[in-house]
Amino acid sequence: MAQVTLRKVFKKYDEVPAVRGVDLDIADKEFIVLVGPSGCGKSTTLRMIAGLEEITGGDIAIGGNIVNDVPPKDRDIAMVFQNYALYPHMNVYENMSFGLKLKKTPKDEIDRRVKQAAGILDITELLDRKPKQLSGGQRQRVAMGRAIVRDPKVFLFDEPLSNLDAKLRVQMRTEIKKVHQKVRTTTVYVTHDQVEAMTLADRVVVMNAGLIEQVGTPNDLYHSPTTKFVAGFIGSPAMNFIPCQLDQAAGALRVRLSDKLAFAVPEGRTARYSAYVGKPNLVLGLRPEHIIETRPHVEPNQHDFDQVIEVVEPMGMETLVYFTIGGAEICGRVNPNANAMAGKSMKLRADLSNMHLIDDTTGKVI
Amino acid sequence: MANASIAVGTLDRPVRYGSISRDRKWALRWSYFFLVLFAAFFLLPPIYMLITSLKSSAEISAAQNPWWVYAPTLSNYIELLTQNQYLIFFRNSALVSVCVVTITMLISVFAAFALARMKFWGSATIATGVFLTYLVPDTLLFIPLFKMFAFVRDWTDIELMNHWWTMIILYPTLSVPFATWIMIGYFASIPKELDEAALIDGATWFQTLTKIFIPVAMPGIIAAMIFSFTVSWAQFLYPLAFTTSTSELVLPVGIVTTLIKGDVFNWGQIMTGALLGAAPPLIIYAFLMDYYIAGLTAGSTKG
Repeated sequence: MAQVTLRKVFKKYDEVPAVRGVDLDIADKEFIVLVGPSGCGKSTTLRMIAGLEEITGGDIAIGGNIVNDVPPKDRDIAMVFQNYALYPHMNVYENMSFGLKLKKTPKDEIDRRVKQAAGILDITELLDRKPKQLSGGQRQRVAMGRAIVRDPKVFLFDEPLSNLDAKLRVQMRTEIKKVHQKVRTTTVYVTHDQVEAMTLADRVVVMNAGLIEQVGTPNDLYHSPTTKFVAGFIGSPAMNFIPCQLDQAAGALRVRLSDKLAFAVPEGRTARYSAYVGKPNLVLGLRPEHIIETRPHVEPNQHDFDQVIEVVEPMGMETLVYFTIGGAEICGRVNPNANAMAGKSMKLRADLSNMHLIDDTTGKVI
Repeated sequence: MANASIAVGTLDRPVRYGSISRDRKWALRWSYFFLVLFAAFFLLPPIYMLITSLKSSAEISAAQNPWWVYAPTLSNYIELLTQNQYLIFFRNSALVSVCVVTITMLISVFAAFALARMKFWGSATIATGVFLTYLVPDTLLFIPLFKMFAFVRDWTDIELMNHWWTMIILYPTLSVPFATWIMIGYFASIPKELDEAALIDGATWFQTLTKIFIPVAMPGIIAAMIFSFTVSWAQFLYPLAFTTSTSELVLPVGIVTTLIKGDVFNWGQIMTGALLGAAPPLIIYAFLMDYYIAGLTAGSTKG
């Protein structure tokens, strides 16, 4: 059993706060991904769990024991680094067995564990090679192997795929997921890539400026973000943010985007939104997949409008169209056969059943 | 539509610019010219030493082509190597150098590891201080050292003057700062994740140093060893100032003080002694350089 608990964890570097009070409960066997932009404190948080950084305030517990002052080697963790950090003068076998040797594990036990881990990662035939004779992906596997053989309570990954090329990254992502399904160890994984976060995590922790913005399953974060930051960070292409006003006409609530353009708010939301009628600084959040080409059959909460398209990006499976409303650049995803052309007007459809109304003064989703 | 036509003419002159192979050829010619020049400049003195060492005293002073040996003889070598004196100088030098290299490496590797990795209060200042001590010339130091030796004698009755082993204490003052500086640079180039990985793997600081840093930094360590060996083998000023008895002299001073008698220069033996004295560093360089380059090309610093 190895839950990891963070309670009001603070970290300051010479009075500059890097992490400003993080509370997080990680369940046993859970795969948690910390994601956020550069400098949001995600790596620092991971390094504090590892014991590589001292914590300025708060408590960190692994498996129920507070480890604030426990050195890394006694925390029973294993870490995979971005640049692999393999020992260059040792071969793969020695790299993987180094930790066990230091713990004076019996030789046959070491041998059994290394071979088993090598089997899981499919690197058995590389065991006599030196790191420099390996490709990036193979080095990453060895780094993971070094973590697996120690059978730790917690795996820590610090942006492990950032040094790989795009294709290999996708492949290793699947690999990491498979390994976790086989080994079932509590895992904390840091990345700045939201796709990696979404695909790997049981739960994603979105961090920003040293604070946790939201914790939830990938689907939670995608469909019900609680803040503008999360709404904009998760999803690619990013959610559209369109400045808007809320007005009331004939008893119905409408989001007004411009003089000409206003959409009725879905009925279930009127009660939630009614307090914001006439308030300034409101933003409509609408994902690109909810702005599509017009279709014959109209579902509830869908509204057609005409719009001059500025840029067209054919992606094959879909075509991205870009246009501006009220100074905000907006992206929509239309059918490749919808005949979108730059500079031409096009009939588009906005689906407001998945809309988000954001109060821009607080940054919170209403 | 206007038809664009390109006049196809023959090149009536060779291209005088923009040819890479032509530029390369000239670069090679120039580099060989300078290489030959430098090789001649540096190799002629040893060759002259070799030629002179194979001549008898009579032939050396004879007025004939100095670059040719008319009656080659090994008498200089036989005389020098059967003479107890020269062998004692050689032994003194060898013992001093081996001890100095050992002491230097022991101190500088540990010091450099501490200064490069264990960030403690004032470590940066100390690192700079180490380098500054290297900048103090040894000619400035030997008078204070005389004073210190006198002080030690007064207080402890230990006589440091006129002993070959005193050099073992003295030379590290020259070799340790520079070797430490080389090692700090080398250790600093090792990615920080490597010691963090070792730390998580359960290694102590000492194990991180011996099992990770020293093997990875081998090329740097060898560079520092070569340096400290050179310093101690070729050091002239300190042994000249601090040793006088024939049995306590090291090679460079020994050759000069015993083979020059008054105004009589025994050139044949001086050249032989110097040539033999230059052999050990040459052999060590040749052997370690290979290893040094192998270490560099192994790309051992990046995981």
